[in-house]
Amino acid sequence: MLDEKMLIARLIKGMRDGAIELPADVTSKLKDAYSKETGDIPKMQFKAILDNIKLAHDEGLPLCQDTGIQVFFIKAGYDFPYLNDIHKAIPVAIEKATMEIPLRPNTVDPFTGKNPKNNLGHNMPAVTVELVEGDSATIHILPKGGGSENMSALWMLTPTQGFKSLKKKVLEHIQFAAGKPCPPTILGIGVGGGADMAMKLAKKALLRPLDCTNSNEEIAAMEKEILDAVNELGVGPMGLGGKTTALAVNIEYTSRHPATFPTALVVQCWCNRRAIIKIDKNGVMT
Amino acid sequence: MTEYFLKTPIDEEIITKLKVGDIIYLSGTVFTARDEAHMELLKHGDIPGFDMTGLGLYHCGPVMQQENGKWNIISAGPTTSFRMETLEPAFLDKFKVKLIIGKGGMGPLTLESLKKHNVVYVSFTGGAGALAAKGLGKVKAVYYLEELGMPEAVWVFEAKDFGPLIVSMDSKGHSLYDDVNSKTRENLERLLKE
Repeated sequence: MLDEKMLIARLIKGMRDGAIELPADVTSKLKDAYSKETGDIPKMQFKAILDNIKLAHDEGLPLCQDTGIQVFFIKAGYDFPYLNDIHKAIPVAIEKATMEIPLRPNTVDPFTGKNPKNNLGHNMPAVTVELVEGDSATIHILPKGGGSENMSALWMLTPTQGFKSLKKKVLEHIQFAAGKPCPPTILGIGVGGGADMAMKLAKKALLRPLDCTNSNEEIAAMEKEILDAVNELGVGPMGLGGKTTALAVNIEYTSRHPATFPTALVVQCWCNRRAIIKIDKNGVMT
Repeated sequence: MTEYFLKTPIDEEIITKLKVGDIIYLSGTVFTARDEAHMELLKHGDIPGFDMTGLGLYHCGPVMQQENGKWNIISAGPTTSFRMETLEPAFLDKFKVKLIIGKGGMGPLTLESLKKHNVVYVSFTGGAGALAAKGLGKVKAVYYLEELGMPEAVWVFEAKDFGPLIVSMDSKGHSLYDDVNSKTRENLERLLKE
């Protein structure tokens, strides 16, 4: 059985880890980028980033003051018995986590600006459930900051232009975004489906560890081609110039209507926080 | 690239000397103001008993926690400064701060206003919230907390060697962001031709 109190505690721990600890694959890329830079200013940016990661870990403080909107992606087996429990526990855990960690109260009414101060609100929390074969579940927590989210984009491209046009749009956009999304960034790109599916795939692409490429080799080659070109722009850490503008490009795709080429970009800051919780059919959480 | 350890209130003379690429560690009074706080301060004209002359204005919406009636800074990195671009000239006309601290840089309106009022814009590393909290030290006061909420309120801190802050827009009209922008534009054009 899945104990309600333990589930809430585990979800809070997930949000705490998400706010405070950077995944090892991200830190490792940041260290590589630090060693590659030669200029004083970009070097100093990476030093501050790495010092901050250590300080946040040592003192148990949130890495960034923008602790984001708590975004949940749940992949659950058809025979997983606890979706209802998770659904009920998430808002309770968010409210408690806001007080305890603490998280910045980041959800405001879009029109009145009113802040309920608990990171909840109308149509919140942001939870996406995907059903798959099996009897266990994986919960990804992605605290998503505002500065990077502001640099998201959707383009309905001309199908005959395809990848060439996608690459051009991404390069133009990252040049325009400059220091605003807190580079070096991670670029989640979603292609195909409709406008909505492309956006969702782009955000989901951010869940993939930075040392994993797309399993399709042709797509992996596209990821590398875009990443190399983006880094040649020279935006650098914090837009102050330098060799590393993005740490990774992750593409996810699905089929498209022949008349469309939906392409979405979701930008993630260097502070690419993620946490994972796994629950099996007996309610055992890891 | 010169390193400065400055203390508020900051002198006009030092501001004149500062050049793009210089590094500052700041001690003394720093206060936060994001979009909403800019609007609120411009509407009211002042905060009685709080003189901003020579202080550091910080574009930041921190995470704060109250313990036994006392506020602690939990995480306090900079927010995207560009959101304040249209508000900053009026703000600098009214309030005599000497340093603007933020991230991502600002546009031509602010650059012109920095020249007019002899102010510099300095960049702190975005996302480095724990590191910033350490440098910002103690909470001296908070204004508009009830009206604006935690991220938008005006928090006043007693900073100690807060930095490194990089001078990225000086008081003579030079912007490091403009330099980088010209280079990245050239690179973009080249890349699109390939």
